[in-house]
Formats: sequence, C-alpha cells, structure tokens
Amino acid sequence: MSHHIVELKGLSFHYPDGTPALDSIDLTIHHGESVGLVGANGAGKSTMLQHLCGVHVPQTGRVRVGDVPVVPSTLNEVRRTVGLVFQDPDDQLFMPTVAEDVAFGPLNIGLPPEEAALRVDQALAQVDALHLKHRPPHRLSGGEKRAVAIATVLACSPDILVMDEPSANLDPRSRRLLIELLRGFKHTKILATHDLDMVLDLCERTVVLHQGRVMADGPTAAIFADHDLLAACALEPPLRMQGCPLCGRCN
Amino acid sequence: MGLDTALHEIRRLDDLAAQDTALHRLDARAKVLVTLAYLVSMLSLGRYEVSRLLPFAAFPLLLAVQGGVPLGLLLRRAALALPFVVFVGIFNPLIDRNVHLTLGPLVITGGMLSFTSIVLRSLLAVTTGLVLVAVTGFDQVCRALGRLGMPTALLVQLQFLYRYLFVLADEALRMLHARVQRCAKNSRPSLHEYRALLGNLLLRTLDRAGRVHQAMLCRGFDGTMPDLRPTSRFGLAEWRFCAIWGLFLLAVRILNIPQHLGDLPLYLAAKAGGLFPGVLK
Repeated sequence: MSHHIVELKGLSFHYPDGTPALDSIDLTIHHGESVGLVGANGAGKSTMLQHLCGVHVPQTGRVRVGDVPVVPSTLNEVRRTVGLVFQDPDDQLFMPTVAEDVAFGPLNIGLPPEEAALRVDQALAQVDALHLKHRPPHRLSGGEKRAVAIATVLACSPDILVMDEPSANLDPRSRRLLIELLRGFKHTKILATHDLDMVLDLCERTVVLHQGRVMADGPTAAIFADHDLLAACALEPPLRMQGCPLCGRCN
Repeated sequence: MGLDTALHEIRRLDDLAAQDTALHRLDARAKVLVTLAYLVSMLSLGRYEVSRLLPFAAFPLLLAVQGGVPLGLLLRRAALALPFVVFVGIFNPLIDRNVHLTLGPLVITGGMLSFTSIVLRSLLAVTTGLVLVAVTGFDQVCRALGRLGMPTALLVQLQFLYRYLFVLADEALRMLHARVQRCAKNSRPSLHEYRALLGNLLLRTLDRAGRVHQAMLCRGFDGTMPDLRPTSRFGLAEWRFCAIWGLFLLAVRILNIPQHLGDLPLYLAAKAGGLFPGVLK
C-alpha cells in the first residue's frame, strides 16, 4: 500500500534564528512499521515529526506521505493521513470538554455531528477513557490527558500515528498501559522518545538522530546493542539491556 | 488567599455547574440575557443612588439559593475583586466634597456616596457573574454568547482564557515554588522578581499559544470552532424565567423601592393619626 509510505529526501531545516535542526535527512518508512526515533535533546526528533504533518514545510529537500508531497497546498490531505500526538497533552486539549475535543478533528474534516459523536465514543473506548467524556480537560490526571490526547488523533482515523515523547511525565502504571495500548494499534507508528525501553517494547526499527543527522537506522535490538554508537550520540542502552545493577550480569 | 486555593475555588464552580437543578437545566441563553439586563439596569443607576442598589442584591442571592451555590464561596470570590474596586474609587471622597446629607456630626459627601456606589455595584456585578457561571458552566455561557451573536474570535479567546487559566496558574505556581526553594527566608517576591516571573510566564504563554495553534491546525482547524453538542430549546420555562426577572428588574429600576419602604411607616403613622396622607412626599 504505497499510499502509506513516508519518505524524506534530503530534508534540511533551520529555525528562523539560524539554528540548524535537520541536515540532509533521508528516510523511508513503510506501511505498518513501528519506528522509534531516538536521540539526545536537540537532535531534531520533534522537528522531524513536525515535518510529517506539515507543522513545518521543508526548506530544502522534500517530504512525501504516500503519493502526496508535504507542501502548503496539500496540508489538509496530509493531516488527514498523519495524526500527531504532541508532547504536552495540554497543548492538544483545548476545548471545554473531552468529548468536544475529540470531536474537533472529525467535525473539521466535515463529518456530520452524529458521525462525529460516534467517532468520539469509539476513540475514547479505544483508549479506555469513555468515562471521561464529559469532563473538562483541566480536571484530568496526566495519564488521562495522554489517553484523551491519543483519542483526539484516533478519532480522525489517521493511517499514520506520530507521537512526540508519548511516555513523558507518566507514572509507571500509566506508561505500561500506554505501551499495551499502542501495541494494539495496527497503524504505522513513529515514536520520538528518550524512553528506549518503550522503543524496545514497541518498535522493530529504530532511527538514531544526532545533531540533525541520521546516524543509524536498523533493527532496534542491533542498534541498542551498539554501545559505541549510543555513546557517540549521547544515549545509553535501555535499562533492560544494561544488566543487573547488583550482579552486573545481563538479564 | 493563595493561587492554589483560588484555583481550587474556580474548579468548585465547575462542580457546582454540573448539578442538576431546574435552574441548571434552563437554556443558558435565558440566564445570560437576564444577567445582561441586570447589569445594564444596575450599572445605569445614578452614581449617588446607593440605597437603590440594595434591591438588586435579590437577583444573585435568589439564584444562588435556587441553584445550590454556597453563599460563603461567592462572598470569598467576590471579595477578591475588592482591592481593585477600592483602588478605582478611593479618590472620589477627596475629589467630590459636596455635602449631600448631614446626620448630626456626620457629614456625607458626594464622593463618599459615589465611592460606596462603586464598591456595591462591583460586588453585585462580580457576584452575579459568579452565580451565572456556577449555575450554567463557563463553556455553556460562552456557547450562549455565541448563539446570541458574539463574534467567534472573541468567543474563542474567552474559551481559551478559561481553559488555559489553569495551565498558566499551574506554571506560575511551579515558578513560585521554585523561587521559594531557593530563598534563604520565606520572603515575598520583590518587584524585580515579580517582573522576571511575569516575563517568563508571558514567554512560556507565547510558546504554548504557538503549540496549541499547531495542534489545532493538525486537526483541520480553519478558523471556525465546530460544535458537537445539540442545541437546546428556548421553551416555556426560559420565557417564564425571563419574564419574571424582567419584571423584577423593571420594578427595581423604575421605582425607588427603599424610599417607598422608608416612607411606609410614616404613611401608616400619618394615616393612623388621621392626617392627610398627601403631605407625605
């Protein structure tokens, strides 16, 4: 299904103050893949994700989502295909109630209110948050906000789910629930995160970014086993691969 | 009252708005319209007409009682506005020294009356606004304003103001806590520190506004705010509510009820004494 392929060719990006963020990125992600995007702070992970849904448009190079190039005239189409879950759920939940927030996307793409309401129920049920439907977002816990933020994107039925630091600020139980939830999704998933254990759980493929460049791209287990590579990119192996802290042997 | 306590009390308004009373069930437009009429009729009284403001207190009080809103909460919230109100009117007694009334040694000047009037009006207006939110819900008030013709741009600003009030207040609290952690003694922030805190908060707000806008664009925002909820009906109960309170407002605006009540004992005494009642003006 070629229409779900994400392709970045020679993508470079500078912020308005001249700070370079991405430098000649070449990357292809195929339909159904789960890809972890890892790197130190400032490596360019969030900027790259924001190119996938048109928050930024390429300054140099090109980005394609399926057959559609990401350019200002195609942003509506791109945003129907790619759903971005922001790092801070408070940025994503802006409507007075959870139900209205989840309905925001479906109504904007022109669905009638009855169908939008159905999508709201389905999306909230998928993330086990139907009971929060009538609550205002400022009355939710961190984990609940994260679940609802995912529901806001699921309600738009995207083919590709893009998440920026999905496990940030979650307690261990909420994090585990999120991993189980994401594991159940059949979407193409792209996760930018510092949580390498989560990548190990969810992604068969990992891309390592460092100073705006792709330093490595391959099977997750192989990438995380390369300690020199990780150290060069200011990363550490996932805790699970660091061995027992008491006896020093591997788990 | 600390910022966290203030936030907690605002959240309580949300809880109160979720109640299910006859008043809560009314279409929000009826409550908003009557509240607007109330504000116009109350605020349009002359600046020296202090006693005529008193009957206006019946509207927020009765609504609070009917809607199960604790009066203590209302008074505490309304009291928060007092410093600003006092600041607005504090110079009136100094500027307007025309004597309006002399009670023995006590001289009441126009400035004193107008200052009292400003304080009373403000308290009544704030209390009424709080009651409206507590028996309707802030989002429903916004929605009603939209259906009554308020421009969408203003409406969205209002909705976002309320939504992000909590997020910003939480950020401000975190910054204040971080400051306290690094203070040798628990002193109040200096003007310089307040300036830095507010500046930081403003920058964070700008950043957040950008991110929220991006999140909206990602879900197809095109300048209009879609509305999922079914529209409620303006039925008989709403017309009755408007008619009753409309008549009340008309009465307290046109008639000087406190004066008539004050005249009543004299009138009765005069009648009992067989005097001609026409002498009582």
